[in-house]
Amino acid sequence: MKKEIQKERFQSEPHQPASIGQARAPVGVEVSNVFKKYGPQTVLTDISLKVEPGEIFTIMGPSGSGKSVLLRQIAGLEQPTSGTIRINGHDPHDPDTRDRFAIALVFQAGALFNSLSVYDNLALYPLEHRIGTHAQIRDRVMRALKILSLENAVNKSPAELSGGMKKRVAIARALVMEPQLLLYDEPTSELDPVMSATISEIIATLKEQYQVTSIVVSHDRELALTISNRVAILMRGELLSLTTPGELQHTDNPEIADFMHPKIDLKNPRYKTMGA
Amino acid sequence: MNRIITIFDWLGGAVIMALRAFRMLPQAPRILKRTFEHVLQGGYASLPIVSILSFFIGAVLALQAGLTLQDFGAKQLIGTLVGEALVRELGPVFVAILVAGRVASATTAELASMRVYQEVDALVTMNIPPERFLVLPRLLAVLSYMPILTMVGIVIGWIGGAVVCKYVGVIGVEPAEYFQSVSAFLTTQKMVDSLLKAEIFGFVIILIACNTGLRTKGGPREIGFAVTNSVVYSLIAILGLDYFITKALGGS
Repeated sequence: MKKEIQKERFQSEPHQPASIGQARAPVGVEVSNVFKKYGPQTVLTDISLKVEPGEIFTIMGPSGSGKSVLLRQIAGLEQPTSGTIRINGHDPHDPDTRDRFAIALVFQAGALFNSLSVYDNLALYPLEHRIGTHAQIRDRVMRALKILSLENAVNKSPAELSGGMKKRVAIARALVMEPQLLLYDEPTSELDPVMSATISEIIATLKEQYQVTSIVVSHDRELALTISNRVAILMRGELLSLTTPGELQHTDNPEIADFMHPKIDLKNPRYKTMGA
Repeated sequence: MNRIITIFDWLGGAVIMALRAFRMLPQAPRILKRTFEHVLQGGYASLPIVSILSFFIGAVLALQAGLTLQDFGAKQLIGTLVGEALVRELGPVFVAILVAGRVASATTAELASMRVYQEVDALVTMNIPPERFLVLPRLLAVLSYMPILTMVGIVIGWIGGAVVCKYVGVIGVEPAEYFQSVSAFLTTQKMVDSLLKAEIFGFVIILIACNTGLRTKGGPREIGFAVTNSVVYSLIAILGLDYFITKALGGS
C-alpha cells in the first residue's frame, strides 16, 4: 500500500526525482469544528476553516491564542480532541497521508538537525525515502540552496548559522521535499525587519513559482497584509475573523483593530487588565 | 493511581517503541552507517574505561580473595574465584553499569534535546519514523558491542588478578598457575550465559534511554531530569534483571 502511494506520488518522475521547479498539484485543507484540550485547558474552540489549494493563508493572533497548536494539528503532529482536519480528504495524522502528499513544516526555530551539516539536513528526506541517486539528490539539494542563496552554507553546521540563515535553511529543507502543502510556524519571529521582509518575499515567491499551498502562522502584520490571500484571526482559541488582507485593514472589530494597530497607552496600560 | 498509570504508560511506550523499531529491521541496510557510528561512539569509545575498570576489579578481587584464601591454605583457588566472579556476575554487570553511565546518559540527552527542540517533530513531518532513524541504529549497535565489551572486560579483569597474584608478595601465585585455576571451572556455557546477560542489559539500557529521551517535554531543565532518570532506571533494571536472569539461567 505504502509503496503504491509512493509510486503514485513520484509517478511523474520515473527516472529522476521531480526537480525543484516542477509544480505538483497543491492541496486543500479543511478544518471542521476542531477543539483541542490539554487537560482541563481548552486551547482551540470550534475552529472551522477551509484553505484553498495554492493560496497563502495566514493565521494571526496574539501570543497564546492557539495558532501554533492549530498548525501542529494540520501538520498531523497532534490530533484534535474533537473535530476533523482533512488534507484533500485525508487525515494528516495518518502516515499514509504523509506518503501520499508532501507536507512540509518550517518550524519557528528551524528544528535543523544539529548533528548534521546543512547539506545533510537537506539531503535527509530524499535519502531516507530513496528518491533518486546520490547525484540527483545532490542536484536537488544544491538547487534548493541556490533558490535561498545559501550555496556558501552547504558545509556549515546549523550551530554556525545566524537566525535568519537557519530559517532560510529550514525553508530550503522544506523545499527539497517538493511540498504540496507548506506550513510555516512564525517564519519571521526574532528576525530584523529586513530579514522579515526577505522571508516574506521567499514565501510569496515559492507560492508563485510552485503553486504550493502555504499556511503561515505569524504575528507579522506586514507579512499577513502583503503576501496573504486570506487571513484568519485567532483569539483565546476562537476564530474571530476570516477575511482578506484588504478587509482586515478596515475591520470594525475593536479587538482586531487593536491587535492590528496597537497604540501604546500609558494612561490605561493593557497589562493592568490582562489575565494570566 | 496516576503514578501507576504513568508507570504502565511508560512501560507500554517502551515495548511499542521496541516493536516498531524491530518491525523496521528489513530497512536496516539504510541505517548501517548510523549503526556503525553508534558502535564507534558507544562501544569503541567505551573500551578504555571498560579496560581500566575491569583491570582494577580483577586486581581488587584477587587481592581480597588472596589474603583470605591464604589463611585457609587455598590460594591456588584465587584464579577460579576471580575468573568465576568476573564471568558469572561482575563482567556483564559492571560493563552494563558503565554503558548506562556513559552511553545511556548521552543517548537520553541527545534524544531529549531533539524532542525539546522539535527535531523529532521535524522527522515526523518528513515521514521518517523516529524508531527507524533514532532507535533502531542504537539498539543494533548496543547488541553488537555489548558482548565484545563484556569479553574484553572479563579478560582484562583476569589479567588484573594475575598481576596482583604475581607482584603482591604475600600472595605470590605465578600467572601460569593462576590461569590454570581460572580455566579449571570455566565452561563455554558459562561464557555464553554471561554474554547473553550482557546482551539483555544492553538492550534494556538503550531502550530505557531512548524511551526516556523521546518522552521528554519542556526545556533544558527537563533534559537534565531525563538524563538522571534514564541512568537511575537503567541501574535499577540492570540489578533487578540480573537476579531474574541469573535465576532463569539456573543460577549460573
